[in-house]
Amino acid sequence: MTAVPAHSTVTLLPAAQLAPLVHAYTAAMAAKRRRMVLGAALFVVALALALVGAEVNPATFWAKLGNFSSYFVRLAHLDTGASVLSDPAEWFWGLRKWSLLLGETVLIAYVGTVTGATVAFACCFLCSPALMPFAWVRMLVRRVLEFGRTVPDIVFALIFVVAFGLGPLPGVMAIAIHTTGALGKLFAEVVDNIDLNPVEGVRSSGGTWFAQVRFGVVPQVLSNFVSYALLRFEINVRGAAVMGFVGAGGIGEELITAIRKFFYSDVSAMLLMIVVCVMVIDSISERVRHRLLALEAR
Amino acid sequence: MRDSFLADRAGLATRHHATLRPDWRLRARVMGGIAVVIAIYIAGLVELEISPARILAGMDRLGDIVWLMLPPVPASTGRAVIYLDALGQTLAIAFLGTAAAAVLAVPFGFLAARNIVANALLRLMLRRGLDTWRSVDTLIWALVWINVVGLGPFAGALAIMTADIPAFAKLMREAIETADRRPVEGVLAAGGSRLAAIRFGIVPQVLPVLASQVLYYFESNTRSATIIGIVGAGGIGLVLSEQIRVLEWQEAAFIIGLVLVTVAIIDAASQQLRAAIIGRAGV
Repeated sequence: MTAVPAHSTVTLLPAAQLAPLVHAYTAAMAAKRRRMVLGAALFVVALALALVGAEVNPATFWAKLGNFSSYFVRLAHLDTGASVLSDPAEWFWGLRKWSLLLGETVLIAYVGTVTGATVAFACCFLCSPALMPFAWVRMLVRRVLEFGRTVPDIVFALIFVVAFGLGPLPGVMAIAIHTTGALGKLFAEVVDNIDLNPVEGVRSSGGTWFAQVRFGVVPQVLSNFVSYALLRFEINVRGAAVMGFVGAGGIGEELITAIRKFFYSDVSAMLLMIVVCVMVIDSISERVRHRLLALEAR
Repeated sequence: MRDSFLADRAGLATRHHATLRPDWRLRARVMGGIAVVIAIYIAGLVELEISPARILAGMDRLGDIVWLMLPPVPASTGRAVIYLDALGQTLAIAFLGTAAAAVLAVPFGFLAARNIVANALLRLMLRRGLDTWRSVDTLIWALVWINVVGLGPFAGALAIMTADIPAFAKLMREAIETADRRPVEGVLAAGGSRLAAIRFGIVPQVLPVLASQVLYYFESNTRSATIIGIVGAGGIGLVLSEQIRVLEWQEAAFIIGLVLVTVAIIDAASQQLRAAIIGRAGV
C-alpha cells in the first residue's frame, strides 16, 4: 500500500487527503480483526469444553479407528467368511420377512404423514391473522404446533409405546404429531404469503368463512401444501425406519437386534434395502413435486 | 346482493357460460388423486391393525400418563444436577459433531462442484455416493460407532458428524457452484494471485452462507443429539429413555421441558448470530 512503483499509472490523492482515509481504513480493518479474534477465541473455548463434555479420547479413537473400516469389511462378508456377493441368496435369506417389515415401515410413514398433514391443514388457517380474528386462538394453535415439532418424534414414540403398547400404532401417532407441528408451521407461512384479494372478493359477495377458505385460499396454496407434505413423507420414511428401535413397529426392531447381536450380513442387507427404498421414494416424490411446480407455473 | 345472485343463478350460468363451466378433466384428476390417497390410508389402517377402540384405550392411558407428569419437577436437586450435566453433554455432542462435519465436508464439497472438477463421471459417482450416505439415519450411525468406540457421548458426536458430512458437502457444492465469477476476475485483473482470487473473490461469497447453514445444522443437531442417547450414545436422551422405562413420569416431563427450553434458547441465539453474519456480509 505504501510502496508505489515508479511506473504506476494510478494517480494518488495528496497526502493531506489520503491520510485520514488510510487512517479510517486501518481502524475499520483493526475492528474487524478484533471481532474475528474474539470469535475465534470463543470458538476455541467452546471446542475445549465440548471435547471434555463429550469425553473425547483421541487415544481410544486412533486405537479403535481400524474397527470402523473393518466394521464395513465385516458388513460385506457372510458368517462363513465368504463375500456377500458370492451368495446373494444366503445374504438376503430373510428377504420376504424384511420386505414385509419395510412395507410396514413405509405404511407407518404414510399413515402418519397423511394424518399429520390433514390436521396441519385444519390448523394452518387458524394461525392466519386474515382468517382468524381472535389473537388468543392464533397464539394457542401456534404454541401447540411448536411443541409438536420441537419434541423429536422418537421421544413421542417412547411415551406412546407405554400408553398404546408395542407395535406400529405408537409409531404412527408419534410421526403424526411431529408432522402436524412441522407442516403446520410451513403451511401457516404459505397462508401468510397469499394474495388476499380473492378472499376479500368472496367475503364481499357474501361468502361464509368456509367459502372464503375454499375458494379464496385453497386454490392458491394447494400445490405448495402437497409438495411440502411429500417432502415430509420422505423425511418420515427415514424416521419410521428407526421407530422400531424403541419398539414402535417397522424394520427398525429387526435392524437393532441384528446390529446388537453382530449379524453383520443381515445388517448390511437390511441397510441396503432401506437405502434403496428411501432413494426410490425420494425420486418418485421429486418427480411429482416438479410436476406440481409446472402445474402452478401454468 | 347475495340473495339476488342466488335467485338469478340460472341466468348467471347462461350469461357467463365460459367462466362458470366446470373443468371436468381437472376435477376428475383431483378427485381421483384424493380417492387414491384415502384408499391407501384406509388399507394402511387395516394393515397396521389400528382401530378406534385401541386408540381410545391408549388415549385413556396417555391421559393418565400426562396427569402423572404434573407437576414436572424432579424428586431432588441432585437429580436435577444429573440432568443438567447430561444436557451439557448433549450440547457438547451437537457442537463437536457439527464442527467436525463442517470441516470434513470441505473436500467432498469441492470435489462434487461442477466448476472445480471437470470429470463428469467422477462427479456423478461422488454425488450418488453422497446421496446413499445421506439416506442412513443418525441413529444407525450411532449404533455403528458404539460398536467401534464403545458406549458413550464420543460415539454420539461421531454419529452426528458422520450423518452430517454428506448434507454439508451438498450445501457447500451448491454454494461453490452458484458463486459469482466476477469478483474473482476482478481480483485477477487487479494483479492478484490465484490464492488471493480465492481468498477475496470466493471466500467472502461462500462463507456467510455456509456459516448460517452450519448454525442452522447446530440447532437441528441439538435435537438429534437429544435422541441418540436412546440407543446408548450419551447425552440427555439416555437419561430420558431410562426415566421413561422406569415410568418416572415427573422426571421425564422435567427432562423434556429442559430440552424444549434449551432448543428455544439456541434457536433465538443462532437467529441473532445469523443476522449478524449475513448483515456483516452486506457491508
